[in-house]
Amino acid sequence: MGFWHFILNFWTELGNWAGGVMTGWGLPPWAVNLIADIVGVLILVVFGIMAVLIFTPMERKVIARMQDRPGPNRVWPYGLLQALADAIKMLTKEDVIPRYADRALHMLAPILVVIPALLVYAVLPWGPKLIGQDLNVGVLYIVAVGAIHVLAVVIAAWGSNNKYALLSAYRTVNQLLAYEVPMVLCILAVVLFAKTMSTQGIVEAQTIPYFVVMPIAGLIFLICALAETNRSPADLLEADSEMVAGYMIEYAGMKFAMFFIAEYVNMFAAAIVISTLFLGGYKFFGLEKVAPVFAPMIVFAKAVFVIFCMLWFRGTWPRIRFDQLIGFAWKFLVPLSLVNLMLAALVIKIPVTDPKWAPWIQGGVMLLGSLVVLAVTALILNRAARKAKDAPALKQIVTVER
Amino acid sequence: MNIPLSWYLIVAAALFCIGLYGVLSRRNAIAILMGVELMLNAVNINLLAFWRYVEAVQGTVTGQVFAIIVITVAAAEAAVGLALIIAVYRNRKTVNVEDVDLMKL
Amino acid sequence: MNLSQLVFIILSAVALIGAVGVVTNRNLFRAALFLVLSFVGVAGFYILLEAEILAMVQLLVYVGAIAILIIFAIMLSRQLMSPEYKARNEQWLWGLVAAVALFAVLAYILLKVTWPTSESTVPPDAIIRLGLSLISPKGFVLPFEVASVLLLVALVGAVIIAREK
Repeated sequence: MGFWHFILNFWTELGNWAGGVMTGWGLPPWAVNLIADIVGVLILVVFGIMAVLIFTPMERKVIARMQDRPGPNRVWPYGLLQALADAIKMLTKEDVIPRYADRALHMLAPILVVIPALLVYAVLPWGPKLIGQDLNVGVLYIVAVGAIHVLAVVIAAWGSNNKYALLSAYRTVNQLLAYEVPMVLCILAVVLFAKTMSTQGIVEAQTIPYFVVMPIAGLIFLICALAETNRSPADLLEADSEMVAGYMIEYAGMKFAMFFIAEYVNMFAAAIVISTLFLGGYKFFGLEKVAPVFAPMIVFAKAVFVIFCMLWFRGTWPRIRFDQLIGFAWKFLVPLSLVNLMLAALVIKIPVTDPKWAPWIQGGVMLLGSLVVLAVTALILNRAARKAKDAPALKQIVTVER
Repeated sequence: MNIPLSWYLIVAAALFCIGLYGVLSRRNAIAILMGVELMLNAVNINLLAFWRYVEAVQGTVTGQVFAIIVITVAAAEAAVGLALIIAVYRNRKTVNVEDVDLMKL
Repeated sequence: MNLSQLVFIILSAVALIGAVGVVTNRNLFRAALFLVLSFVGVAGFYILLEAEILAMVQLLVYVGAIAILIIFAIMLSRQLMSPEYKARNEQWLWGLVAAVALFAVLAYILLKVTWPTSESTVPPDAIIRLGLSLISPKGFVLPFEVASVLLLVALVGAVIIAREK
């Protein structure tokens, strides 16, 4: 009985056992806490960087298979350790700094890009009691830390002393700031339903996953996450045929690897945030209450599913032009997410007598409302497209609007 | 409490005075604006320290509301101020506040 | 000297070194980065004062928006660090004297007065009270609405002022 309890609650029991061992060695409680905190931070950081090792070969194999070619298959039987080969290659490259560039800024930028990507892992819930730090304002922390990424891009471009890097940085900052607004509005709708801003509270409050309750918010958040992490179809700024590598032009060797790592860590963090806010986090039809040892694996599986969707988009959709991208954010996503927020605020106030049925009734009404809004949006877009097709010149949608 | 209230207030006063030195002694208009932002931050620390040590016992959150309004006003002021600086730069080709001393060119 | 005092000293060092870097650096871009460092230090102070939501708002608004705005304005008006542009004007010594004198007076007063502090804990639902007080008529709904009108006016005004003819 004790053995099964230990196995089913493996992660928390492991922490308790390690704490017991250290107390048995005679360490005072503050030292035990300190060592436990440091080990926890190390585990989270290593796990975040493991994401790069796992998702780099996965991305290349998946996109290759979608394009009917084998992908990397030299490094292990199926090319699965390709990331190690990439890392060794990048470590052996020469580190070049442009002559008139600001050396301190050139070296500061790769560090500043990785730090906010890793800081997000502190508030993601991996299980019913497994979380780095359960802040009261977890989701606001995630958004605030994402704002530091914007600053790091500007420092990287300025430190390169290259006007094309600077142009690309202006566009990147524009895109990042434009897609932050619908993202925050969708998070607000989720927080209204969950009545708490802590990530663990949001997972606990999802008896029905919020993707089913608010599909509009889920889709808008997915699109905004794609744009925030500079993934296709919004990766105009780092594609090879556009501004070659964008703001990372003048970086070589290990510093470029830092930008690369930061992008994948960001992608993994965004996938876990989507699964926490919209797909139910570590919940899987009650499995996490019976056997909490499976909870991190459930989170990982949902994150892998979301990343597969992101890779699917990259393999199949063409890139969107920059002004169309920004216009899409401000003119389409912001009004739609505002409508979603108003709908959520109305649905919350529906008086429900029995608190057991409250999530189902509110979820159902919200789903119906979302479908109505989607139908109205489709009608409006249909009429606008038809009017544009009958327009005297087709220039209205193809050229830049002034 | 471990940290006496006067420590917070002294740090806020130091930040305010450094910002004041920045405003009084720099030529560049944007550097003056950065000094003003430092002063507003010092005021915010003061407000929140007083809220925490004097008002939190009553359960109200007036200090935090005040600080949020100050942050909002600072953001609006920074936006308009920087727009003005850019407009002046476009006309006079300079951002030194000493060169912009006549209404006519 | 316990842990929170140590953290306080580290955070105040970060904030004050950032502030000194802002007002003394000739290179404006580096001054802006020191300003970001100072903002992060001030956000740390807010967390120490148990006002987490204000710390996150500070990071989001100041670091994520105002610092980027200042950096863009610096890049659009390039007069960074040529040798003939001096950073300080002729009255910098009097400015320094005034700032130091003001700090001396303030520190003296702050150390002499006994403040009416009360040792208590912050209520755990401070966020809910904050939200409710911002929209309740007995609370602060009027400043809230006026602040939103102010932001609208600033938005429109900034766009009109900085527009090319």
